[in-house]
Amino acid sequence: MKPKHQRLVLSLLAVSAVLGSGVLALSALRDQAAYFYAPADVKRLGVTLGRQIRLGGMVADHSIVRAADGVTISFVVEDGIDKVAVRYKGITPDLFKEKSGVIAEGSFVASGQFVATNILAKHDEKYVPPVMKGQKPNMGKVS
Amino acid sequence: MTAEAGLAALWLAAGFALLQFALSVIGVIGARDAVLRGVRPAAILQAVFVAIAFVCLIMCFLNSDMSVRLVAAESHSAKPWLYKFAGTWGNHEGSMLLWVAILGVAGAAVALFERTLEPRTHAATLASQAAIAFGFYAFLLFSSNPFARLDPAPADGQGLNPLLQDPGLAFHPPTLYIGYVGLSVAFSFAVGALLTKRVDAQFARAMRPWVLGAWIFLTLGITAGSYWAYYVLGWGGWWFWDPVENASLMPWLAATALLHSLNVLATRDGLRAWTVMLAVLAFSMSMVGTFLVRSGILTSVHAFAVDPQRGTFILTLLAIYIGGALTLFALRAGSISEGARFDLVSREGALVFNNLLLTSILATVLVGTLYPLITEAYGVKTSIGAPFFNATAGPLALVLLVIMPLGPVMRWRRDDAKQALRRVALPALVGIVALITIFVLAPGIHLLPWFGLTVAFAVGAASVAPLWGRNLRRTPLFTYGMVLAHLGCAVSVAGMAADSAFLKEVLVAARVGETNTVGPYTVTFADVRPAIGANWTALEAELTAKRMDGWGRFWNSAPLKLHPQARMYPVPVTETSETAIATPIDGQLYLVLGKQQDDGRWQLRMWWKPFVTLIWAGGAMIALGGALALLGRLWRARRQATRQMEGGV
Repeated sequence: MKPKHQRLVLSLLAVSAVLGSGVLALSALRDQAAYFYAPADVKRLGVTLGRQIRLGGMVADHSIVRAADGVTISFVVEDGIDKVAVRYKGITPDLFKEKSGVIAEGSFVASGQFVATNILAKHDEKYVPPVMKGQKPNMGKVS
Repeated sequence: MTAEAGLAALWLAAGFALLQFALSVIGVIGARDAVLRGVRPAAILQAVFVAIAFVCLIMCFLNSDMSVRLVAAESHSAKPWLYKFAGTWGNHEGSMLLWVAILGVAGAAVALFERTLEPRTHAATLASQAAIAFGFYAFLLFSSNPFARLDPAPADGQGLNPLLQDPGLAFHPPTLYIGYVGLSVAFSFAVGALLTKRVDAQFARAMRPWVLGAWIFLTLGITAGSYWAYYVLGWGGWWFWDPVENASLMPWLAATALLHSLNVLATRDGLRAWTVMLAVLAFSMSMVGTFLVRSGILTSVHAFAVDPQRGTFILTLLAIYIGGALTLFALRAGSISEGARFDLVSREGALVFNNLLLTSILATVLVGTLYPLITEAYGVKTSIGAPFFNATAGPLALVLLVIMPLGPVMRWRRDDAKQALRRVALPALVGIVALITIFVLAPGIHLLPWFGLTVAFAVGAASVAPLWGRNLRRTPLFTYGMVLAHLGCAVSVAGMAADSAFLKEVLVAARVGETNTVGPYTVTFADVRPAIGANWTALEAELTAKRMDGWGRFWNSAPLKLHPQARMYPVPVTETSETAIATPIDGQLYLVLGKQQDDGRWQLRMWWKPFVTLIWAGGAMIALGGALALLGRLWRARRQATRQMEGGV
């Protein structure tokens, strides 16, 4: 390589490496981005079985039920329009309770139930899902 | 009165920042030395006043002055004093005041201690530092005044989020912020050098200790934050790819790249424009991080408040500073003459690869962090988590790790590829042996941890290669620092890989008296009893863990007693769980007590995490390596200065 071109080659290398990783990242995003759904969106848009999503809303009152093994729970997430049944095995976060905001990460199984692998509860006790305040659903700003 | 004094001090600090900016700009443009003499005192006074403002806020918190809105909202008189003190920065306004206080003090430090930089570049650097500080003073004074009063004052405060009531709060944010904001010095150096067109080896040597200093704190802050999240959140994880974690990782990646390219610039006078670019990038990432966190625009466990006005304000500042610096770079990049050339097979070449990989990792992390914002603009809400980052940043980091030990064993300017490879033949052999051994011992292991462990062994061996055949007593301190930091990377990756490959997790509902097995331990649920602390009550479990495998004979044969708690805080009413962690030499036993059920059973979550402590031990080694390098550099610079003085006489 002619030394004259070294600077050019180096900068091209730098630009292509960074752009290349950016493009790789964006293509990985297609598979790995988890989309937010409120229960109403689930009904409206439909979700592919097994696809990782985040389901956000309120835990319905009197809906938390514990299974016999003591560590599996089921509950209902609602947004004032629709409801989704959720199953989760694990210790729930400290702020997880009925009539409180929740985000469940997981996917739908064939039975129609949503199986959560992770539960996030809203840190802020003042949180109300935007739907219930009569606003556009905007789950991106939750948790 | 304290609050008013603090507010006055903050205004004065802003005034001195403006004065500092004006004096240095007039001085540099008009080349007036008399005006330039005023810059240093202005920078020092600015730091003094912002420090006074910060101390005033601490006093308000310590005295539980509930007539101050911030104290009333974030503190409580019954809190232990440590959390009143640390609670000062456990909220938006206080943490921004800490941010700008560090910025002011860093500027004063440059004014006081930086002697090697050419005077006009020095003044231009201080002008840039003052401009940044002024913007953030304005942000505090106009949209986030920490000293605002509340009338009438409430009887008591609303209390600090119990999750933050941990000694980690006293240590982690200040360390992280010193690193974060310390990078402003690198940014200002770059702007200063671009303005006065002085990008050369001397500039790099002057900048290097400042970058090293900030980088050490950033490394410590990230390591401490990771361990804090690990034991406080009780999820058993040590890195969540939370936007706020990414916000601290991105400046670290840029600063790490900068440190390495600075070495090329300082030693060989190469990579001039690129180094300046990285210096701008590093602090830009700090500011982007601040924007992401403080605007509350991204979902995060760290978000204190969501306030669009604040977000807009910081975004404007961001656009001005980053946009300004990049414009300046674009205008001046052509005038930076090309540095010294080198072969691709050379130490410079290896460092270029290091830089490319670090910036590529940075690009993927940035894309992943910002992607939810972009899709949200189109009305689709997404979240990006560990699967994405592990799939993109993970492999890149492994490649980076593989080439890491090559740089130090190569010669500057030109080297022979065969000879260089011969120097790492032994570590490569270690790697191959590790690759096969791991596969034989743990056939079901996943690809990433498998390669991670392999690379960790090979790189660990290769990291010490620069010391082979050298007179160890004559080896400079910064070489030891580099070796230690590189070894720390290998140690840390070994911990990450071992934890993800071999961790054991058990989730049960247990009655008192029951015994469960987790990894090499049997854990007996001995008892539950009430416990009480300064501002909480708790139910505390006692669990006895007995080591069952053969290795237990060599250490800790006595059963371990662990006490996880389920805590209740009255103000604000919150339940938290306190994990109990036992640390034998080869890992950690990590227990979380969940809720009691109607049938009397308790939820227990137990992990055996082999060699997980290596993650943070490695982080500490990296930081310590940085400290050794810094000491070595400063020591050598001082010796050279004395020698020059003597030579001059």
